[in-house]
Amino acid sequence: MKPLSLFRVERRPIPSGQVVVLVSILAILAALVVAGAFFQAYGVSAIRAYQLIVKGALGSKLGLAETVRRAIPLLLCGVGLTIAFRALFWNIGAEGQLLLGAVAAAGVALFSGLPDVLLLPAMFIAGFFAGALWGLIPAALKARLGINDVITTLMMNYIAIYLVEWLIHGPWRGPTMRGFAYTDKFPSAATLPTISWTRIHWPTLLLGLALAVLAYLLITRTRAGFEIRVVGENPDAARFAGISGFKTTLLVMLISGGLAGLAGVGEVAGIHKMLLGPTHISMGYGYTAIIVAWLARRNPLAVIVTSLLFGIIMSGGDVIRVSLGLPFQVINLFNGLILFFLIGSELLMHYKISFSFGRR
Amino acid sequence: MGWETWLIVTLSRTLAYGTPLLLGTLGEIYAERSGVLNLGIEGMMIMGAYAGFSTAYTTGSPWLGIMVAALVGGAFSLIHAFASITLKANQVVSGLSLTMLGLGLSGVLGRGWEGKPLPVSIPEITVPSLSKIPFLGPILFEGQNLIVYLTILLVPLLWYILYRTRIGITIRSVGENPATADSLGINVGRVRYLCVVVGGILAGVAGGYLSVAYRPAWTEGMTAGMGWIVIALTIFAFWNPAIGMLGAYLFAALYHLSFRLQPWVAPEFLKAMPYAFAIVVLIAVSRGTLQKKMGAPAALTLPYTRGEE
Repeated sequence: MKPLSLFRVERRPIPSGQVVVLVSILAILAALVVAGAFFQAYGVSAIRAYQLIVKGALGSKLGLAETVRRAIPLLLCGVGLTIAFRALFWNIGAEGQLLLGAVAAAGVALFSGLPDVLLLPAMFIAGFFAGALWGLIPAALKARLGINDVITTLMMNYIAIYLVEWLIHGPWRGPTMRGFAYTDKFPSAATLPTISWTRIHWPTLLLGLALAVLAYLLITRTRAGFEIRVVGENPDAARFAGISGFKTTLLVMLISGGLAGLAGVGEVAGIHKMLLGPTHISMGYGYTAIIVAWLARRNPLAVIVTSLLFGIIMSGGDVIRVSLGLPFQVINLFNGLILFFLIGSELLMHYKISFSFGRR
Repeated sequence: MGWETWLIVTLSRTLAYGTPLLLGTLGEIYAERSGVLNLGIEGMMIMGAYAGFSTAYTTGSPWLGIMVAALVGGAFSLIHAFASITLKANQVVSGLSLTMLGLGLSGVLGRGWEGKPLPVSIPEITVPSLSKIPFLGPILFEGQNLIVYLTILLVPLLWYILYRTRIGITIRSVGENPATADSLGINVGRVRYLCVVVGGILAGVAGGYLSVAYRPAWTEGMTAGMGWIVIALTIFAFWNPAIGMLGAYLFAALYHLSFRLQPWVAPEFLKAMPYAFAIVVLIAVSRGTLQKKMGAPAALTLPYTRGEE
C-alpha cells in the first residue's frame, strides 16, 4: 500500500465563482450517476427512478409544495451553519438545536397561557433562544476550554433526542392522545397558517428568506461579519488585531443555534401542531443542512438554492419510496454520495493533482 | 425472579450487548491515535451488518458472514482513508458522508433481505464445568459466543501493541506529532491508512456480530446509533483500550438497565448518559497536565503535508 506515491497534491490559487458552480454541478451529477447504478443493482430502472423524482418533486403542484416545505427547515438550519462554518466552528448539532426549538415552542404553546396574539411570537422567540442555548454550550466549552466542537455538538444532538423522547413519553404526554407518545394538539392560535391546501407554512419561509439576506449582509457588510471571517480564516491575525475569539464563537453559535431553533418552531407549529417523536419532527434536517451549507460554499444567499435542491431530493425520495418500494434510507444514499463527491470536487478546485508512479 | 437471577441476566446481556460497542471502540481508538477522526463508524457497522447477514444467509456459514463483514468494513473505511489522508479532505465531512453512505447503501441493497430469519447463526456456547461456578459461571460461560471472548482477548493485545511495542509508539507519534515522526523516517500516510482500516475491520465485525450473532436478522438501520456511542466511548476511554473495555460494558449495562428499570427511572435518562459522560470527560481533561497525559492525540483531525506545519 503506497497511496502517497501515486498522487502528488499541491495547493492552487482560489478558483473563480464560475468554476465553483460548474464543479459543484458536476459533483452532484456524478453522485446521481453512482446512485443510479445502485438502483440498477437493486433491480430498479435508474431512469424510471429519476423520472419519478423529477415528476414527483417538481412536476405537480403538490410535489412542488412538498419540495418547498422540506426546504424551509433546511434553509433556516443551513443559513445558520454557514455563519458557524465561516468562523470554523464545526456545528454538527443543528439537529439537536432544531429539536430544542421545537420543545420550547411546544412548551409555550401548551403551557404558557399567553393571550392568543402573543402565542406565535413568543414561540418563535423561545425557540430561537432554546436552540441558541443548545448551541452556546458547545461554543462556550470550545472558546473557554478548547474542547472539540465536533464531538460536543454531536453529543448534544443525542441528549436533545432523549429529552424529546422523555417529554412525550413522560411529563408532556397528551391526556387526550389515548396513550400515544405525543403531546396534546396545540391550540389553533399556536399554529402557523399555510398556503391554501399545501403544507407550506409561509411565515417560516419568509423568515428564512429574510434571515438568509440578513446573514449575507452581516457577513459581508458589518464589522462583526468581518471579525467572524478573520477568526475563521486566520486566527493568529485575529488575535493580533484584538478580535475576541470568545465573543465571536459565542456570536456565531447564538445565530446558528438560534436559526436551527426557529426551524424547529416552524416544524411543530406549521406541520405537526404538536410535539412528537424526534425522528418525526426532524428526519435529519440538521444533518442534511450541513451538506446544504457546504454546497453553498458557506454563502448564506446560495443556501436559498441549495436548500431547494435538497428539498427536491427529500420529497423526490419520498416519491420513489412509495412508488418503487425503495427504503427510507434512500435519502441518505443521495446525501452521502453528494457529500462525498463534493469533498472530491473541493480538492480538484483547490489542489493540483499530478499522478506519478515513482516513490515520493 | 429473585434479585440474583435478575443480576445474572442483566450482566450476561451487558456482556453480549457491550461486545459490538467494544469492537467499534477499539478500532476507533486506533484510528484516532494515529490522528484520524472517523465519524463513519455507524456507516461501516451497518455495512458490516448487511454484508455479514447476506453472506451467512446465502452460504449457510455464519463465520464466513463475519469474515465478509470484516472485509466490507475494512474496504468501506478505505473511502474515508483516501479522502482524509490522501486527498486531505476535512475528516468531519468525510466521516459524516461515510455514515450517510453506509446507511443509505445498506438500506437500498438490503431491502430484499428484511424479515428473513437466519437459519444458522453463530452458536452460543456453554463452557462445561466453568459454567457451574456460582454467579460468575452463568454470566461469563453460558449462552455467550466465541466473538464475545475473542473481543475480550483483543483488549490486552491491542493495549500491549499500543503502549509496549514499537508499532504502538509509531502510531502514537504519528497522532501526536506527524512532522517529527516524518523526520524520523516514518511514513505518516501509511500508518494512518493502516489504523483507519483496522478501525473499519473491527467496526465491520461489530456489525456482523449484530446481524449474525446477537440478533440474527437484517433490519434497515439496525445499528440504531451505536456508531455514535462508539465515538463517545472513545473519548470516555481516554483513547486507551483497557478503559474502553470498562466503558463499553458500563454503557451496555446502562442501555440494558434502561429497559429493566423502566418503572423507576426514565429510560431516556439512562440512554442519554453515554453522550453526557463524553462531554463531562472532555471538560475534565481540558486543563493543564491532565490534558497532556490523557487528552486527545494532538494531531487529531489534522491532515499532514510535509513542510506545511
